[in-house]
Amino acid sequence: MFLHFLMLLFSTLALVSAVFLAIWMLLTRQGRQAVSITSVGISTLRQRLGMSSVIVVGIAGVVAVLVALLAMSDGYRETLNKTGSADTAIVMRGASASEVMSVLDHDSVTLIPQAVGIAKDAKGQPIASPELVVAANLPLKGGSADDEGSVQLRGVGEQAWAVRPNLKIIEGRKFTPGMRELIVGKGAAKQFAGLEPGHEIRLGSQMWTVVGVFASGDAMDSEVWGDAGVVADTYRRGSSRASVTVKLADPKAFDAFKTELEANPQLKVDVSTTLDYFSKQSEGMSTFLTVIGIVVGSIMAIGAIFGALNCMFAAVAARAREIATLRAIGFRGLPVVVAVMLETMLLALLGGLIGGVLAWLIFNGYSASTLAAGTVGKLSFELKVSAELLWVGLLWALTIGFIGGLFPAVRAARLPVTTALREL
Amino acid sequence: MKYLHLIWAALFRRKTRTILTLVSIIAAFLLFGMLDAVRTGFDQAGNSANGAERLQTGSRLSFIQTLPQSLEARIAQVPGVKMVTYANWFGGAYQDPHNQVFSFAVEPNYLDLYPEMEVSPAERKAFDDTRTGALVGEKLAERFHWKVGDKIPMQSTIFPNHEGSKNWTFDIVGILHSKDKKAGGFYDQMFLLNWKYFDETTPYNRGTVGWYVTRVTDVNQADRVAKAIDAISANSDHETRTQTEAAATASWMKQLADIGLIVSSIMGAVFFTLLLLSGNTMMQAVRERTSELAVLKTIGFSSHSVLAMVLAESVLLLLLGGVLGLGLAMLMVGGIQSKMGGAIPMAPLDAGIWTHGLLLMIAVGLLVGALPAIRAMRLNIVDALAGR
Repeated sequence: MFLHFLMLLFSTLALVSAVFLAIWMLLTRQGRQAVSITSVGISTLRQRLGMSSVIVVGIAGVVAVLVALLAMSDGYRETLNKTGSADTAIVMRGASASEVMSVLDHDSVTLIPQAVGIAKDAKGQPIASPELVVAANLPLKGGSADDEGSVQLRGVGEQAWAVRPNLKIIEGRKFTPGMRELIVGKGAAKQFAGLEPGHEIRLGSQMWTVVGVFASGDAMDSEVWGDAGVVADTYRRGSSRASVTVKLADPKAFDAFKTELEANPQLKVDVSTTLDYFSKQSEGMSTFLTVIGIVVGSIMAIGAIFGALNCMFAAVAARAREIATLRAIGFRGLPVVVAVMLETMLLALLGGLIGGVLAWLIFNGYSASTLAAGTVGKLSFELKVSAELLWVGLLWALTIGFIGGLFPAVRAARLPVTTALREL
Repeated sequence: MKYLHLIWAALFRRKTRTILTLVSIIAAFLLFGMLDAVRTGFDQAGNSANGAERLQTGSRLSFIQTLPQSLEARIAQVPGVKMVTYANWFGGAYQDPHNQVFSFAVEPNYLDLYPEMEVSPAERKAFDDTRTGALVGEKLAERFHWKVGDKIPMQSTIFPNHEGSKNWTFDIVGILHSKDKKAGGFYDQMFLLNWKYFDETTPYNRGTVGWYVTRVTDVNQADRVAKAIDAISANSDHETRTQTEAAATASWMKQLADIGLIVSSIMGAVFFTLLLLSGNTMMQAVRERTSELAVLKTIGFSSHSVLAMVLAESVLLLLLGGVLGLGLAMLMVGGIQSKMGGAIPMAPLDAGIWTHGLLLMIAVGLLVGALPAIRAMRLNIVDALAGR
């Protein structure tokens, strides 16, 4: 929230000052002086190629790393947030931090779908899907046979499809209820070996057949699904389930649904919308990634600021006589300051653009995975370099350029004309 | 060595430039130190001599699946097994669910298998005798200001107690100290509670255990023992998977994140920039001093000693900044560790990281100094003095 506000402030500041600057440069005498000094500075950039490239490359590095790390945080959050919606609700045992830690006994599982506010299907049955969530160890792709990773395994019934209409089978078919058959998310299929239709995989002492691949574009893509009853048998869970996901008749019906379930003395459950549940799951991790991005970015930015300072001081020193000459023939101090600042900011802008484009080229859509908080499997997600992130990167670049240019610019303007002219 | 003052004077000939460059170098090595600490932390996790003697046996199905407690007696009979114990996840958090604590419910003999955790005999006895007793790592106790004798509330994010509430109460009866701070810093963050109290209080455990830990008599027999343990429950409904502690931890860390890749891509970006920046500074420094270098040559310095002096100057620049940066990183890693607890595995900046860093400083120093140094070496005295 605070970060958003800060960014908004900075964006406004940047835009407003750009507009003012443009007006000033077009309409006033000093502004036009600034334009001409800047153009001289830019046209001689080629002679200072080494130094200018330090600014550009340094800032490009900062922006690329920052944008990549923030893209990781955003991609992670997006994947989980997309998984939930405001019109579905999830019911778990009270005091459970996540689905996999929750246990609902058979009675609760039959009671929950009778609550008010649940949408009904064509046959008049409430759309409520009791599901079992466990983990399975599977060999990782590209590792040795002993290299196993954990995948989240969800045991579902018929209604699971009705509460998640965006989930589509993209290869093979659905599993047959009562059989040891699995369908796998396309993210999971990428991570683990042998998750292709027609293959058999081992869960504990049993062999299961993979019969299909599904895609949903969210966290479910990292899961493997099977028939709830069969999964419960394998994991000795009897008739208990982990959670019940229901389709609400209306997002507004949520309050009534929640109140009724929580008031029921036979049940000890927590109710939340899936949107709420999944965004809470992503909170900690994505904040963590954002903080890392900002910390690493800041340290790199400090390095880049000093690099830029160094280069601009050198540039000012190299042009000391030229600047002094300009001052001697009547140019004022302010245009000199503006010109040096503009030059630095232009180099910074270029660096920011290069860094942003690099981050976008390399990392946009790059898939990463981690053991997600609140799940027990590897969650794969894609890094997302959005226009907003690129803008954040540019703002950082401009800020670095601003600070890096300010002091050299002031020094250039303060240089006593006589000594500078005499200096060799 | 006798030219040190000369090199030093050359380095600080332009104070502003050198200091600005130094700050950039400090920033780069600060980042290097912190990232390398994280990378080493991930690498070293679970990598101790005692760890090689210990086997972990979990459910083959998945790490959340529990095993019957009856397996203990059968594992103990496997030849080559010296001792066996078991534990469960507790999933504890203090005050706020975000303050996650590494908390395990353990059998009384658990500490016998972990000699790297030190507890005074009196406190150990108190733990065995107090049903609601808990042993806490020294860093953890420091973090939450706990002391022996405190009665503390603890939430479990997994297990409610028999009243259906997630709030548990424990009496702190002792403090755990890890013997080896480098590989076992983790133990200073531990929270151990009695398995018996845990099992009797939560209705969801019912005599099952999360995993077994076995100590083998001979490290070379570890593989054979692991296979023998897994053979006990082969084809049952609770098949097991036994690994050495080191292998198990490595596999966890790998699943958590590909730290190596992230760290090396950031470091790549940082050092590329650093190279360019300090290279540029050195180029400027040598260009400015052309006539001075020519004078040095005139009064009898050989071309090679001029080369060496310029190289020494750039290495000195890198060393100055690098050592300051790594020192800063050392302070910051220490600070983060005591503030955040074990949330991120971070190794303290030890000799290994310093050697890495120093080698890197010298390498970067030589690299950026090379071009200007060669220029200085090839300097023609007459041309240089004439300013051509």
